[in-house]
Amino acid sequence: MASKVLPRFSRCIGQGFRRSIRAQCRNISCTPPAASEALQVHRDSPVNNPSIPFKFNEINNKLIAEILKRYPPQYKKAAVMPLLDLGQRQHGFTSISVMNEVARILEMPPMRVYEVATFYTMYNRDPVGRFHVQACTTTPCQLGGVGSDKIMAAIENHLGIHPGQTTEDGLFTFSEVECLGACVNAPMVQINDDYYEDLTPESTVTLLKALQASAEATGAAGGTAGIAGESTAGTGSTSGQPRGQSGQSGNVDEQAARGYAAKGVKMPSPGPMSGRKTCEPLAGLTALKEEPWGNEKLRTDGAL
Amino acid sequence: MITSRAANPKPLGALSHRIHPSASATSRLNGAHPTSQRQQRRGLATVQDGPPPKKTHFGGLKDQDRIFQNLYGHHGADLKSAMKYGDWYKTKEMLLKGHDWLISEIKASGLRGRGGAGFPSGMKWSFMNFKDWDKDTKPRYLVVNADEGEPGTCKDREIMRKDPHKLIEGCLVAGRAMNCSAAYIYIRGEFYHETTVLQRAIQEAYKEGLIGRNACGSGYDFDIFIHRGMGAYVCGEETSLIESLEGKPGKPRLKPPFPASVGLFGCPSTVANVETVAVAPTIIRRGASWFNSFGRERNSGTKLFCISGHVNNPCTVEEEMSIPLKELIDKHAGGVRGGWDNLKAIIPGGSSTPILPRNVCDDQLMDFDALKDSQSGLGTAAVIVMDKSTDVVRAISRLASFYKHESCGQCTPCREGSKWTEQIMKRFEKGQARAREIDMLQELTKQVEGHTICALGEAFAWPLQGLVRHFRPELEARVKGYVETHGGEARAGGWDHDANKKGLLISPGQ
Repeated sequence: MASKVLPRFSRCIGQGFRRSIRAQCRNISCTPPAASEALQVHRDSPVNNPSIPFKFNEINNKLIAEILKRYPPQYKKAAVMPLLDLGQRQHGFTSISVMNEVARILEMPPMRVYEVATFYTMYNRDPVGRFHVQACTTTPCQLGGVGSDKIMAAIENHLGIHPGQTTEDGLFTFSEVECLGACVNAPMVQINDDYYEDLTPESTVTLLKALQASAEATGAAGGTAGIAGESTAGTGSTSGQPRGQSGQSGNVDEQAARGYAAKGVKMPSPGPMSGRKTCEPLAGLTALKEEPWGNEKLRTDGAL
Repeated sequence: MITSRAANPKPLGALSHRIHPSASATSRLNGAHPTSQRQQRRGLATVQDGPPPKKTHFGGLKDQDRIFQNLYGHHGADLKSAMKYGDWYKTKEMLLKGHDWLISEIKASGLRGRGGAGFPSGMKWSFMNFKDWDKDTKPRYLVVNADEGEPGTCKDREIMRKDPHKLIEGCLVAGRAMNCSAAYIYIRGEFYHETTVLQRAIQEAYKEGLIGRNACGSGYDFDIFIHRGMGAYVCGEETSLIESLEGKPGKPRLKPPFPASVGLFGCPSTVANVETVAVAPTIIRRGASWFNSFGRERNSGTKLFCISGHVNNPCTVEEEMSIPLKELIDKHAGGVRGGWDNLKAIIPGGSSTPILPRNVCDDQLMDFDALKDSQSGLGTAAVIVMDKSTDVVRAISRLASFYKHESCGQCTPCREGSKWTEQIMKRFEKGQARAREIDMLQELTKQVEGHTICALGEAFAWPLQGLVRHFRPELEARVKGYVETHGGEARAGGWDHDANKKGLLISPGQ
């Protein structure tokens, strides 16, 4: 009996020993990266917990009333996305208190709001820097221009952070994102609401330096744009005030002189940084060279 | 007078020598004369009034036939300049024509949906006017899909920021054809400035009474609202777009019921792409036959092509359908970098269409049917060009991780399959895979395709299938290269061939 038990016992010891070695060798990490979009659960933190009060400010309350008019009264909850966006613009990020407040306003269960806030990638559920640099690395950007690899490297080198991280001064958050829909102007980054297109590593660094200088010149602290009560961020889409690229007349010619100055800091204006106006071929127009047609080209069968 | 002169050409010709100013006119007459003589001499067997000769070459669209005249920002996006260049002209008359006429006109134009699937628009719109629709008291919605997220595609953005009035007028006209009471334009959240331009254009139109109550004075009420998405590719699918508009996570719904019967807010609704909607007023103003004269049969019209990747001058351009791919790239994008011979592959219609190798691209026509025959698709006509320097495995691998990121997680085949294929592709990039995994990959994509609620399953399966179909040697070479540098084929999961000898815990059965 003992002769049978002992070898098995000794084998078990050996197995256990080997297993423990193997367990130590297992070094592939399965933990998801700590980007805000990847973490689907909320963890209370000093800056983001339900006890931090949040209220929409005066202007935003007006906007909310405006937004609610767009949807049928019995489908108030359809406004959850615009409201969360407003909250994010006011507070700086979509904290749990923003979500709870939106749930209260729209009379929907908080969990339904959490579902929405975790599904969409544009809700930052963690604080982001004043400038949220989102570099597109999807295939067209990877191929086009100098390629997004070089842009990524330039940003990483200049800011000293990797995608998903924020600089220590709280000015820049860097993320790698999926296609932003400016593929003929590749490679490009989105910084807050602005698209900067046709980048080269040099122009990327110039852009980042200009942003940093502007923040220093205006004395803007790190952290997020909304916290200091700047509620102008959300007004563009509803009040129709022009912001940046979409100049008053929409005339692209006016933007030919790239860049604008604010408080003594010269800023590159959003759009292509290569001298292109928008999406036309850089070497010269191949279409739409003639004066546009007017009503003389309309149908002649008299149906209208 | 003229005919009598033409009947007697000889003295006229002599006359033209003497009377100088009319020389050109008479020579024209002389030129026309021989043909009329020949026609008279024709025998019985010839057809007198045959159809015009069939067009065999497409492309070379003239500026006067381009719909989006402001594509490069020639003039402002405001109402005044939009009206100057033809928008909002006779809109009232169009609306008063009624839905049957509008839909028949769209049907006659042969317009197919520009969002990727290419479903005939006239037919789709007619689904809204089902039997007894007018006895229904529910509101009806047109939903415009401006959630442009397909990698390679950037046409809707150009429409919205430069020709917003085309889109707004299109909403009104398409809305009238479907008897909708309101339109929602679902714009992707990243397009912040585009939203601003569009919102301003909508406000202008409201102010002028072009939309809203009694739109354009036609007695028809129509509202347009903007809803911003928040960064989810899957919301470009029609049912998930509706879900998202209702304030839920954008997870696609099962069809049926189709949106035309139960859609947004439980009401009949139709989802249409920005480009489809924006071209509608111009088609109706210039006539269905004008639009139908472009492109091959069943692929008619003009189309915005976005040419990105390894070309000298990437651009967005409006061209005729069925234009040869080579001509499109050479003419508008300044050719492939390093010349056409330097071409390796082209993705012809946005990331979810299978890749085409160079030999197919040589004489490929860009339309729905021709690309389908080449086992690819027109999709959104976003041409992504790759030259010989491209790591095609990496390019497709990046797309695989795009789809993994964007899968909504509702259907298991897509959620899990996109993860697996991403992992496999990541390993193939480095060659850390086994040759038999090529077939596994192919089989895996076949298992996903058609087994998901929405088309994202197909969307991520097709590029991978295209890669295996056309670039199998490349994948095999990767594996071979790895064998040479590492002394053996990697084990399943990317482990080194001698991993278990080193005491590493690798997958069972190895």
